[in-house]
Amino acid sequence: MADLDSFRKETRAWLEAHAPASLKGRSASALEGVWGGRKAQWADRDARRWLDVMAERGWTAPTWPREYGGGGLSPEEAKVLRQEMTALGLPPPLIGFGLTMIGPTLLRYGSEEQKREHLPRITRGEIRWCQGYSEPDAGSDLASLKTRAVRDGDDFVVTGQKVWTSYADLSDWMFLLVRTNPEARKQAGITFILMDMESPGVEVKPILLISGASPFCETFLHDVRIPVRNVVGEIDGGWTIAKALLTYERSMIAEAFGSGVMSSGQSRRTLADWARRYLDGRGGPLQDELARHRIAQLEMDTRALMLTIQRARDAAKAGQAPGPESSIFKIYGTELNQRRYELLVSLAGPQALGWEGEGFDAEELAVTREWLRSRGNSIEGGTSEIQLNIIAKRVLGLPD
Amino acid sequence: MQLVLTEDQELLAKTARDFVAERSPVARVRALRDSRDETGFSRELWQEMAELGWVGILLPEAHGGAGLGLAELAVVLESLGRTLAPEPFLSTVLLGSQALLLGGTDAQRKEWLPEVAAGRRLLTLAWQEPHAGFERHVVATRAEKDGEGWVLTGDKLQVPDGHVADALVVSARTYGPDRDPDGVTLFLLPRDARGLSVTRQRLIDSRNAALLHLDHVRVAQDAVVGEVNRGGELLEQVLDRACAGLCAEMLGSMSEASDRTLRYLKDRVQFGVPIGSFQALKHRAARMFMEIELARSAVMAATRALDEGSDDAAGLVSLAKARCSDAFVHVANEAVQMHGGIGVTDEHEIGFFLKRARVAEMSCGDAAWHRDRWARLGDY
Repeated sequence: MADLDSFRKETRAWLEAHAPASLKGRSASALEGVWGGRKAQWADRDARRWLDVMAERGWTAPTWPREYGGGGLSPEEAKVLRQEMTALGLPPPLIGFGLTMIGPTLLRYGSEEQKREHLPRITRGEIRWCQGYSEPDAGSDLASLKTRAVRDGDDFVVTGQKVWTSYADLSDWMFLLVRTNPEARKQAGITFILMDMESPGVEVKPILLISGASPFCETFLHDVRIPVRNVVGEIDGGWTIAKALLTYERSMIAEAFGSGVMSSGQSRRTLADWARRYLDGRGGPLQDELARHRIAQLEMDTRALMLTIQRARDAAKAGQAPGPESSIFKIYGTELNQRRYELLVSLAGPQALGWEGEGFDAEELAVTREWLRSRGNSIEGGTSEIQLNIIAKRVLGLPD
Repeated sequence: MQLVLTEDQELLAKTARDFVAERSPVARVRALRDSRDETGFSRELWQEMAELGWVGILLPEAHGGAGLGLAELAVVLESLGRTLAPEPFLSTVLLGSQALLLGGTDAQRKEWLPEVAAGRRLLTLAWQEPHAGFERHVVATRAEKDGEGWVLTGDKLQVPDGHVADALVVSARTYGPDRDPDGVTLFLLPRDARGLSVTRQRLIDSRNAALLHLDHVRVAQDAVVGEVNRGGELLEQVLDRACAGLCAEMLGSMSEASDRTLRYLKDRVQFGVPIGSFQALKHRAARMFMEIELARSAVMAATRALDEGSDDAAGLVSLAKARCSDAFVHVANEAVQMHGGIGVTDEHEIGFFLKRARVAEMSCGDAAWHRDRWARLGDY
């Protein structure tokens, strides 16, 4: 405990000395912040400086081993670091699928060579990663994927199409699932492999969503050559790794949505303030009892999820990796985010119906777009229905 | 706040699980019900529970207790909830003795608490009234000053274990109109007080409750628990602690109802396959699991916040009770539905869980009342 106290003191002093003042009070989440990568646009020099000093200290990935660019912190120390950063209002210096998905996967399944090649470049924010999982005919039934990888000397030659690749247009490398053995049972012929997006034959097209945004892409692979040494784990043995990565993805999504710290500026207002703006405009108890109860219900449900995430974290300190119970975070976190935007739209009434232009302020337009965007939350990263199947099978042991 | 069980708590949980499995099957509740047992629980088991240290778990060692917290009591209550044990924890351990511990005079504590911890005497709290709903400050029972003492007149209902309590802590109005948030005082009444009549009530869950009628019940000044006119705040504190304990019990009951239902889904064969292979039921079972997990986190947080005396304890208690009320009713309804026809027969035990869910849902405030309180605490 004394060690932890002195660590806290040192950490606070170091953060106060090194964090750029302009970043204090800037909010961020697992899906909002600095993504890094070769194509990063650095509008903000302080964000860049913050990334560099933190990466230097290993604190972009506080719990990863030092030899791979991490901070080598214990879970308790990492918690102290998070708390001190929160206390100073500092955003994480770097976010992205390198830190949340492929990094933990490589630490668990990667070869020594792969760890040394990729992990330090993730921690320094040099390489941005994207995820090549879904295909046009392999959505919920992911294991039926068809992208073919045919061995040719030291390379695989890969042909096929990936879809829903988040930010493929901004990423440098992709981790993807390919079929290396078309004869085997469908889960048994899949290989997990790492691909440089600059390889010849890679073509990326953004997908426009109902919200007007396009965070997703289609990625076409035409005879792309990927070195065999980029296979993670065994050839044809990728399914286990694929599933492990999905649990990391679910935790990341749950945390992002569960925290209620979403991308629009609206999140920094309370729901009650938002309601007052449209309902009675005064302080004190809300006159609209129904609205009042809906707000309380949502706040309480959000708190219950945050407590459950904390409980899982406290249990993880006892050494358990995230298991199937992380499925409840994904389902519940995304449903809460959807309910939150449903409620915001409903409270704003007709003022929530604007697409753009006159008669609506920026906050109202953002809320409406976020509501549309949120409809995808329970689909992306494994639909809620698939998550319920996972709970029923792996946690509750119900038969197939 | 750490939301994990300590090693000591794990050990206590195991002791409680083993004890309950061996000594307290649901069949016991049925037998007590069917024989219209006068006590409504087992005094012998109560004595054993006192010897295990459970009855005095919250009381300081100076009063013969174990000096532990709600986090510890919660693991015991969760086990008892698994088989719907009707022993008087809510009335005696959570309500009556907590009122004396938090607000009582030295003399009151010395007289009652060691006897309670030893399992020899029972206490309860009478706060609910006709027309008050779940509001604690709506009190029509009056206490009029009379020389050095007080005279109490009014009615109380659904007093937990009121039919067997050796003494009752009763809320009465000493000032202001019926709905005034201030002006409530708590009094300690012996069971045999003149003018006090106690009538047993029969609730759907076969637990024990009573009506009180107070007809000019005369008590001395030393019967006051806490401060005159300030009993409302004491009542809030006591009911928050009771609520957290009740939630732990509800958590055990809903977990058991869910476990029994899962077993049924795996065993029951229709159309040549276990019905648990049907996706329509799988998804509903997974939803039950989610509700229980979320409730568990809220209960752990509420009990620990109360033990640590943290500022957000009241909010977390309301969160836990709202969650547990909704979740237990939901799980019990689903459990009966998934059991099919056998689920609505008296012969099957799953119905006992449904009945208990309804009563527990409304004890110490239902989900809507606690959401309302959350909003009040949040200033909207």
